[in-house]
Amino acid sequence: MGAGHAHVLYRDRTSAVHRLPPEVKIAAMVVFTLAVVATPRDAFWAFGGYLLLVLLVAAVSRVGLAWLASRSLIELPFVVFAFALPFLGTGERVSWLGLELSVDGLYGGWNILAKGTLGVLASLLLAGTTTMRDLILGLDRLHCPQILTQIATFMLRYLDVLVGEARRMRVARISRGDDPRFLWQLRGFAAGVGALFLRAYERGERVYLAMVSRGYQGRMPGAWLATGAATTRHWLVAATVPLAATGIAAAAVVLG
Amino acid sequence: MDNLAMHISNGIINGPVAAAFGALALAALALCVFRGRQDLDDRLAPMAGLVAAFIFAVQMLNFPIFTGAVSGHLLGGALAAVLVGPWVGALCVAVVLIVQSLIFGDGGVAMLGLNITNMALLGVAVAYLLVALLLRILPRTVTGLAATAFVASVLSVLVASQGFVLQYWLGGTTDVGSSLGGLAGTMAGVHLLIGVGEGLITASTVVTVAKVRPDLVYALRSLRPLPTAHQLPVTGGAR
Repeated sequence: MGAGHAHVLYRDRTSAVHRLPPEVKIAAMVVFTLAVVATPRDAFWAFGGYLLLVLLVAAVSRVGLAWLASRSLIELPFVVFAFALPFLGTGERVSWLGLELSVDGLYGGWNILAKGTLGVLASLLLAGTTTMRDLILGLDRLHCPQILTQIATFMLRYLDVLVGEARRMRVARISRGDDPRFLWQLRGFAAGVGALFLRAYERGERVYLAMVSRGYQGRMPGAWLATGAATTRHWLVAATVPLAATGIAAAAVVLG
Repeated sequence: MDNLAMHISNGIINGPVAAAFGALALAALALCVFRGRQDLDDRLAPMAGLVAAFIFAVQMLNFPIFTGAVSGHLLGGALAAVLVGPWVGALCVAVVLIVQSLIFGDGGVAMLGLNITNMALLGVAVAYLLVALLLRILPRTVTGLAATAFVASVLSVLVASQGFVLQYWLGGTTDVGSSLGGLAGTMAGVHLLIGVGEGLITASTVVTVAKVRPDLVYALRSLRPLPTAHQLPVTGGAR
């Protein structure tokens, strides 16, 4: 639990992508991912096209390729699964460097690797260019049920409360002679997890009551909702990437 | 790092099955939104947020499992079911999954329906049914409550992991043939261990909350209605 997961992925830059309203970015990202997933796995050229689109957006948004590459390591376990498939798969086999590999498994591994990576890259681009607050605002404008955005708002607000409370409790333990090292600090954490939860709740309840007393009624402030909503131009600009991806997917289906 | 079963990445399950589970998850979440609205009062709203934040945070803590290749994390379905009830609980887990998939790329966006079905719907439903049953059978002591939370956690994690096996059997993009039984076994074994860890954390958290603020535990509301629990004024949640 590092500090402030809520902001850890946001890359503070000024770019055309950063300035786009969050709702169009969310929609574009979802449509792009669906197009990628719908592509037949043997249309190799299509995935090259998608990668080109991702790199293009990354360049425009100036998030940095090194950052993108290091953050995409989250899918590492899936890569392991992808590399296991050629050995697990059934059916026709080819031999390569003395290994008997399943053709179906090879295709399956490639499928997971390509689609998984592109999906991770697309969501990283969204996260790198959109703050959490804007993300929830975007979901609200996309008519996500209010109860969901409300839970999401509190989740993000309370993440910081939880992390702060955990840090205070750790300091308290250390100052009373605890010596947290590597795995052994887990014991202290596990013993205090209930207390952590309760303390965070009581603090969070005060936050909530402060919000209610300032007029909170379950939605973001009206001023946020009113300003910066997407115009037709924004939608048209943001539609270019998912449209290109859909075009590639359609071509891949027709040609494949 | 993430677990294979829990956050399914794009391309592991084929399109039609993903779409079918997406529709199922959407319908179930619509029901949860409808029922959850009635539950969500001034006491439950901050609790729901905290439960979601807690699950979000503990899903970052991974148990490395032997090989190091496969790691698993806590799911939090049982905790959500006990503290905020089945409807809001499912929504809490779903919100965590949606945010994770949108911004962390943890679990593919196209596979969101599958992930929500496993963790938010199956996990929470199994946990809540068990909790409702066990709280009536077991003695109403701290030990009884702890045992309830523990058992519900272990089984909900196991069922959620087998949800992935079912989905893979229905629409895995690669036919692993007879290895499917092995997959089911591996999943069950790994998640038994995760379930034990999750059970300990859930039991410890629930017992602490129930001791100090029993009014906050949704599962105890109908069993032990506290005289002050519902008479406080709206803003009187502060003590």
